[in-house]
Amino acid sequence: MSDKKNWPLWEVFVRSKNGLEHRHCGSLHAADEDMALENARDVYTRRSEGVSIWVVESKHITASNPENNGEMFEPAHDKVYRHPTFYDLPDEVKHM
Amino acid sequence: MNQNLYNYILGVADNSLILGQRLGSLTGHGPSLETDIACTNISLDLFGQVRSYYQYAAKIAGDKRTEDDIAMLRKEREYVNVLLVEQPNTDFAYTMARQFLFDVYHHLFLTQLEKSKDLTLSAIAKKSIKEVSYHQRFSTDWIKRLGDGTEVSHQKTQEAIDSLWTYTDELFHQTEADKAMVAEGIGVDVTALKETYYKKVDEILNEATLQTPESKWFQKGGKQGIHTEHLGYLLSDLQYMQRTYPNMEW
Repeated sequence: MSDKKNWPLWEVFVRSKNGLEHRHCGSLHAADEDMALENARDVYTRRSEGVSIWVVESKHITASNPENNGEMFEPAHDKVYRHPTFYDLPDEVKHM
Repeated sequence: MNQNLYNYILGVADNSLILGQRLGSLTGHGPSLETDIACTNISLDLFGQVRSYYQYAAKIAGDKRTEDDIAMLRKEREYVNVLLVEQPNTDFAYTMARQFLFDVYHHLFLTQLEKSKDLTLSAIAKKSIKEVSYHQRFSTDWIKRLGDGTEVSHQKTQEAIDSLWTYTDELFHQTEADKAMVAEGIGVDVTALKETYYKKVDEILNEATLQTPESKWFQKGGKQGIHTEHLGYLLSDLQYMQRTYPNMEW
């Protein structure tokens, strides 16, 4: 194991209860995936926030470039018809 | 009051109190943010267990004593923790070696205490055992990482194990209260845990490429209230608030 300054960064995803999705909750440093999982348990679930944890090394995440936000996201702004807001939902349908 | 039961509970609880205090003093000083939080989490687990034990002891005492009095206001010679847990946080290797040598014992101990005829003790053991399983996993993991890590981490961890080894045998000594409680089916016969303990420790040290010390010379005294010089300093930190501002509450 090398100097702790060289520990890679990991992104942590926690599922707060069964049935819900894993959500990104932060990042941490760890030498490998086992340590990342244990650290995530200690740093992010100590107040019983979760029932499941995913960790992924940050370098494996491909992110969009903020400089390209214009072409990436703006075209969607004037297309309200892509929102399913024109339907009447029955009251019995939950979690929409 | 049942003096033997009272003394027995203190014998169990004081280990967790003192180790919890040791780990708690790492708050903000851990080698990394993540291990700092992990050590203080373990400390809080131990304090949680300690509260249950001392509340029960206070109930047995049946006088005005509270859990806080028992935790904070005894004199050094009245603490009956084993010498191992009061040893200082010399460096991270020592902190993990001390934790590892205690966790393996603690887990074996609670597994037996869960079978106690005393329902309160059995319930505390049942709740604590999940926490301690994690502590053991954490410290075992670090012993393997450090032992089988770099030349320096290996050397420091071997040194820590060698130096703390002398305190391990005391874990399996019985006090008068222990013997009385074992006879009643309430206490754990620690002498019966010894073989499993050393076997398990040896296996993990092997895996960590560390040498199991061969020294047969062991320190003792903690269970009789005769401590190493380190406990006094620890207690002065622990007791400062209650001694300076008696009966203060948060």
